[in-house]
Amino acid sequence: MTSEELLQIAEEANADREASDFEVNVCVALGCLSQHSDKLKDTLTAEAAAASPRTGKRCHVRGTGCMGLCAAGPLVRVGSAADAGAQTLYAGVREGDVKALIESLGGKPVERLTAHLDQYFRGQIPIVLENSGYIDPEKIDEYIGRDGYQALIKALTEMSPQTVIEQISKSGLRGRGGGGYPTGLKWSTVAKAVGAQKYVICNADEGDPGAFMDRSVLESDPQRVIEGMAIAGYAVGASKGYIYVRAEYPLAVTRMTSSLRDARRRGLLGNNICGTTFAFDIEIRLGAGAFVCGEETALIASIEGLRGQPRPRPPYPAVSGLWGSPTLINNVETFANVAPIIRKGAEWYASIGTEKSKGTKVFALTGKITNTGLVEIPMGMPLREIIFGIGGGVPNGRKFKAVQTGGPSGGCIPEEHLDLPISYEALIDVGSMMGSGGMIVMDDTSCMVNVARFFMEFCMTESCGKCIPCRAGTAQMYQLLTKICDGKASHADLDLLIDLCDVVKNTSLCGLGMTAPNPVLSTLRYFKHEYMEHIDHQHCRAGVCACGSKPLSELSQAEVPA
Amino acid sequence: MNLAPPPLPSDDKRWKIVNGTMRRHGFARHALIETLHTVQSSFGFLDDVAIRFVAQSLHVPLSQAFGVATFYNHFSLKPAGKHTCTICLGTACYIKGADRLMAEAEKRLKIKAGHTTPDGNISLMTARCVGACGRAPVILEDSELLGLVEPGVMLEQLERWAAHD
Repeated sequence: MTSEELLQIAEEANADREASDFEVNVCVALGCLSQHSDKLKDTLTAEAAAASPRTGKRCHVRGTGCMGLCAAGPLVRVGSAADAGAQTLYAGVREGDVKALIESLGGKPVERLTAHLDQYFRGQIPIVLENSGYIDPEKIDEYIGRDGYQALIKALTEMSPQTVIEQISKSGLRGRGGGGYPTGLKWSTVAKAVGAQKYVICNADEGDPGAFMDRSVLESDPQRVIEGMAIAGYAVGASKGYIYVRAEYPLAVTRMTSSLRDARRRGLLGNNICGTTFAFDIEIRLGAGAFVCGEETALIASIEGLRGQPRPRPPYPAVSGLWGSPTLINNVETFANVAPIIRKGAEWYASIGTEKSKGTKVFALTGKITNTGLVEIPMGMPLREIIFGIGGGVPNGRKFKAVQTGGPSGGCIPEEHLDLPISYEALIDVGSMMGSGGMIVMDDTSCMVNVARFFMEFCMTESCGKCIPCRAGTAQMYQLLTKICDGKASHADLDLLIDLCDVVKNTSLCGLGMTAPNPVLSTLRYFKHEYMEHIDHQHCRAGVCACGSKPLSELSQAEVPA
Repeated sequence: MNLAPPPLPSDDKRWKIVNGTMRRHGFARHALIETLHTVQSSFGFLDDVAIRFVAQSLHVPLSQAFGVATFYNHFSLKPAGKHTCTICLGTACYIKGADRLMAEAEKRLKIKAGHTTPDGNISLMTARCVGACGRAPVILEDSELLGLVEPGVMLEQLERWAAHD
């Protein structure tokens, strides 16, 4: 495969696309698929074929990846094949709407189905998700048609591994798995490490509950991840890659498996890629349901066929990782950013975002929010704009209480910090963290003590048991939180809880334990009054805890802050 | 060490699939998890015979094989019921009332999460986020994903399963 051949494939794919007068794009990612969008697609195909001889127009029905707004599915985008930007997005399309939808092609859009979502898409900058919803994820040529694999060929034929790493460093890209470690620095450490065999691992063990960005990227645009990994392999000198995917994501596994096969067939994986001496191939490894395997050393242990338990670092995987070889581990979203950076240049990427956090971040906006779905926003956008602008605010007239980011390692951010511009540092300053990108909005029907207990239960059951602070500490903290929820705790219990947070945070072996106290610490920081109400008055203002909710008249007003 | 591979535990064809996975990985020790995945998907659970067979074939100590089989949530050591109702307990689902769904299901089936009804008909399981948070709360009825689930809808399905007994 040479640059010219790639361009030819791209031209053919686009000519194919434009040969149709209209196109109908149906989302067949998990969210819409759960509402039988695959059957909807078949019906649309049949209806379009039946209408074609009558209208004399050709219509192409395509199954695509995620269009973002999962709650409003099944989503269908229709319009002129030549101008994807001017297409109409329909939400909640049912089988009964198919006829009207096909007949409307070339005429006025069907008003009752039209999704009025300008607000949702305003302010979003799609980089990682640029192809999501526009290409058929199972067709490599459609990816190539949208500039796919140009970055790989550019890197292999025009750039040295050193220049590739320089570009990634200059772009300011940081690890999107949550830690925010500079990607360029990680790559250069692996590149410098000595070893005959090096590995590239893609961490797709998205265990963080409430987050589904990686699943969506794998299901909607799998080739992008493969291209990013291949470029990384070239940059660090690795010839072998692994994608470690959760077994809970069967659709992502299927699409990734077929995408790897297509990439091999096109000569974009394997030996002598693009006529150079560079060889690289990727294998899939299935996770088996252990949250701790998101930690890099635990993930490596799992690929080696062992229990997924972390080990002390150093040595870091960059020096001694998989089977003792230098290993580069990055998250799905990090790899998904690589190709655009190489294609469009580091300066372009670095021009988006804040001083220390560059580019965009994909968030899964869920919970008590009107527009639930996947958003990609530039770093530096205030939380308020994401939640009340893009997200459309809290539904059912309820009051916003907190937004949870960072999953079980993160924290709850209250209203007063909503004007915070999103960046790695700013989120840590308010006691939360970026995490992999789950953003769960809570209203006044959620009890913050109960939420802290929920996360502690998660950490307790997911603790691998290797180090004592995490194994025993999370269990003790869970019991204390349960006592508070039940209205049976004393002030001494609260003090003990705070002490334990400190111990577990500072003495645990890996990230799971070190961050397990975060949900408690952040809710204590902003919602201490809720803890005190449970302890002093056996009162849960949200009415979800076992201690029950008391009428305000029974509580003295002075003791209950608003 | 050149030990001959053990004979297949029985003439059940599924053992050949399991053997195929191990052969594809050259009977390397690190194929343990991949092989257990194959056993789990072919047989539905890992029993003593299967774990011993895999451990022996891959020359992995039995302690390690059992260690791995019990460490990961995805592997089950008991057969599942005819039907499985899996309730997602991810954060988004929890905020949207998955705990109420769980309470209703436990009440209706008279079993705790992770167990199967005594007649072997329905298993009630939990999931740690299936990644369909946009449709929370979600449940899996057998392997079919259902979003925005109201307790009534779930209970109806449980009744239908119970009636087909």
